Amino acid sequence: MLATVTPSPPPAPIAQRQRAIGEVLLAVENISLRFGGVRALSNVSFDIRKGEIRAIIGPNGAGKSSMLNVINGFYHPQEGRILWKGRARSRMRPHEAAKGGIARTFQNIALFKGMTTLDNIMTGRILKMRASFIEQALYVGRGRSEELRERDFVERIIDFLEIAHIRHTPVGKLPYGLQKRVELARALAMEPELLLLDEPMAGMNLEEKEDMCRFILDVNEEFGTTVALIEHDMSVVMDISDRVVVLDYGKLLADGTPDQVRDDPAVIAAYLGVAHG
Amino acid sequence: MIYRETGQFRTSYAEDQAIFRLRQDKIGIAVILAIAWIGIPFFADEYLLRAILVPFLILAIAAIGLNLLLGYCGQISLGTGAFMAIGAYAAYNLALRLPALPLLLDFLLAGLIAAAVGVVFGLPSLRIKGLYLAVATLAAQFFADWAFLRLPWFTNYTPSGSVTAPPLDFFGWVADTPREKYFVCLAFACLTALLAKNLVRSRIGRSWMAIRDMDIAAEIIGIRPMTAKLSAFAVSSFVAGGAGVLWAFVHLGSWEPLAFSIDMSFRLLFMVIIGGMGSILGSFLGAAFITVLPIFLNQAPGLVGIQLSTAMVSHLEFMIFGSLIVLFLIWEPHGLARLWQIGKEKMRLWPFPY
Amino acid sequence: MAELGPLLEVVLGGLMSGVLYALVALGFVLIFKASGVFNFAQGAMVLFAALSLVRLAEWLPFPLAFLLTIVIMIAVAWAIERLVLRPLVGQHGLILFMATIGVTFFLDGFGQTIWGSNVYQLDLGIPASPWFLLESLFPGGILVSPIDVFAAAIAGALVLALSIFFHSTKIGRALRAVADDHQAAQSVGIPLNRIWLIVWSTAGIVALVAGMAWGSKLGVQFSLSLIALKALPVLILGGLTSIPGAIVGGLIVGAGEKLAEFYIGPSIGGGIEYWFAYVLALAVLLVRPQGLFGEKIIERV
Repeated sequence: MLATVTPSPPPAPIAQRQRAIGEVLLAVENISLRFGGVRALSNVSFDIRKGEIRAIIGPNGAGKSSMLNVINGFYHPQEGRILWKGRARSRMRPHEAAKGGIARTFQNIALFKGMTTLDNIMTGRILKMRASFIEQALYVGRGRSEELRERDFVERIIDFLEIAHIRHTPVGKLPYGLQKRVELARALAMEPELLLLDEPMAGMNLEEKEDMCRFILDVNEEFGTTVALIEHDMSVVMDISDRVVVLDYGKLLADGTPDQVRDDPAVIAAYLGVAHG
Repeated sequence: MIYRETGQFRTSYAEDQAIFRLRQDKIGIAVILAIAWIGIPFFADEYLLRAILVPFLILAIAAIGLNLLLGYCGQISLGTGAFMAIGAYAAYNLALRLPALPLLLDFLLAGLIAAAVGVVFGLPSLRIKGLYLAVATLAAQFFADWAFLRLPWFTNYTPSGSVTAPPLDFFGWVADTPREKYFVCLAFACLTALLAKNLVRSRIGRSWMAIRDMDIAAEIIGIRPMTAKLSAFAVSSFVAGGAGVLWAFVHLGSWEPLAFSIDMSFRLLFMVIIGGMGSILGSFLGAAFITVLPIFLNQAPGLVGIQLSTAMVSHLEFMIFGSLIVLFLIWEPHGLARLWQIGKEKMRLWPFPY
Repeated sequence: MAELGPLLEVVLGGLMSGVLYALVALGFVLIFKASGVFNFAQGAMVLFAALSLVRLAEWLPFPLAFLLTIVIMIAVAWAIERLVLRPLVGQHGLILFMATIGVTFFLDGFGQTIWGSNVYQLDLGIPASPWFLLESLFPGGILVSPIDVFAAAIAGALVLALSIFFHSTKIGRALRAVADDHQAAQSVGIPLNRIWLIVWSTAGIVALVAGMAWGSKLGVQFSLSLIALKALPVLILGGLTSIPGAIVGGLIVGAGEKLAEFYIGPSIGGGIEYWFAYVLALAVLLVRPQGLFGEKIIERV
């Protein structure tokens, strides 16, 4: 599916994008999450549809990251349920969520600092590899052929995200913006159905933000990957997302298209009451 | 000037993924292998083979074992000596009680037994991190020390507790001269290094490194922490167990439980830290350093006319090891292997500084 | 009653040596609480302190030697803070732990180089002959070593002093703040480096006390350094951050290993003491990783 990658044109306005937004991929229903006595989320419900870009916004401490952590299995809510492709999901660990097709990036980059860019992205293919222990130890059979096959796949992502020049660089030595990009590459390597991005543009300059926007839109359009992202930059959110969820103090404040959300009096109040950003 | 990659193009990913990518490196390793297999056995005297090279090679194997666990998977072990002991006593008892088995199979089974015990003592790593694990592996060390000392079945009820290995009979070829023993160790060392290198550049090695660098992130890309950690414990203990068999059967011949005490565990830890965590080459460099330094300390003062007592030399050794550990951790956690690599980078750019 | 006597004696003896373990474990807890460093060198510090004291006391009156040793231990703490910890600030706990192993080897070698490596008797003026208690209740009474009683008393006093120090002085409050959150403490103006120096010095003095207690019992010699290895399971048992945990853990290990040796030892070859503490700690780890008194580790993503 990555074979058709071409240099991408600048992102088109949302109305012109040719995409089919399909049925509900993931639905969270009445989720409540507590840490000790602190309520991080109370009774939150919304859904994410196949093929859409879904933004989760809200002031600091609104429970956005907690929501992502619930979705990919780090936190287990005390109440509520999660439907994945229409079926209620039982309590699962993050690695099971990964197997189910959910990939994720973190607000504070969670790369493997001691490994090169290439190795970091290759880890995203671990679930696709089947070689036995012996084949790996001897580097024969599938041990070798899988390495080459997956390397080929990963190289396409590397081209796509324009990071070929840092292939063999340990990621710990990369500047912040590139690290974010490598983390996205690793998530993409998993060929996820749902991609969770936690502040993918935080701390970037304008140019880097534009690049990242372009990549997210391309991923969504060309591979049909569903994206759920947390972002603070409102102009970015309004530009690229199809629907927006607003959280405030762990509660759902609004849910709708960017235009609907922008005009919602409750949202305006929350954002005027709390420092923007 | 000689160490240049200019003009060498890798046209396929297979070439780019080779262990030695540069032509110079390929030539270099060929020269080293030629010296090890042809040069040394031809020129080295018995003392050098028996007292330095054989222990060096075996310790290098054990250090690879520990390095896979500590340097690649980030799980500390202060009990590598215990897993060597388990390998050694397992092989001894297999050879003793099942004489029909070929010796090589004994070795393999002994490694597997060590691996199984390693997994058991690795279980706490699933619930606890770093420092606590040190205690779990120390438990393995003390329990093994005790078991081989106090449970006479393991030592076949010999009154002294000391046991003797059977002759090194590999399908009719008996290794009994230092030169032949050297070849045995060299073969095992080359094999271990190759297999370990293959593992760390494959899926399993990447999942170890992912757990080492950030276990939470490893889990979100689908790595099961349990599988990754326990497989590291298993492989590491297998290699350590194999090294233990060689240490007992090839190097010592006859041995007591003390041969695998906590002292050995610390020595191996030092080899890995000084040689370089996360480097197979570093395991060899570290083993060489730790093997040669005491000999040097014993000889060098005499050569310049200073007489040091044995106790003094041993204290000096402690101080030097201790300070080197701290220095390497502060300045170069990737050890001698990294220094070697930096040297190579410099050569590549020479005579230009950048 | 006849069987109770020996049993009581075993338990009492075990508790007494447990107090000694606790003394070493205390030093670990202090440092771990304030700096998050798992200080493997605590045992080496015990040896170094005891060696310094016993050799200085050959030349100087005992009180002077004692004071001078305290100064030496503060210097050691200063050197460790300056040369090892400060350059490694912010590194992974595992790296710091391995660095303290390096410090252990250096201190062991250095101590024996300057002070010598024989067995030195440390005479604190305590009668060596055992006391017999409760002779009216049990035939022959219960045998108790005065040195053990002395050590227990010292340990008790030390724990009391440390508790007062931690809870009622300004430095103590700063220490607790640092233990809770390094960065927050730093941001309200607590000088981290000085706090670490104080903690390591305190740990050095605790090591001196432990060294005196162990030294008067076993003689001052290299094996004192290995006592640290016995204190590790005590720590795990009690929880890494709890001072009462170190004491209770010490008592449990001390009494437990003596009882195990007494009851199970003879049937499986003896020497259970060698590993009992570790296997107990391992079992505790599997059931309750934070130890009996430790704070539960909550992982935030």
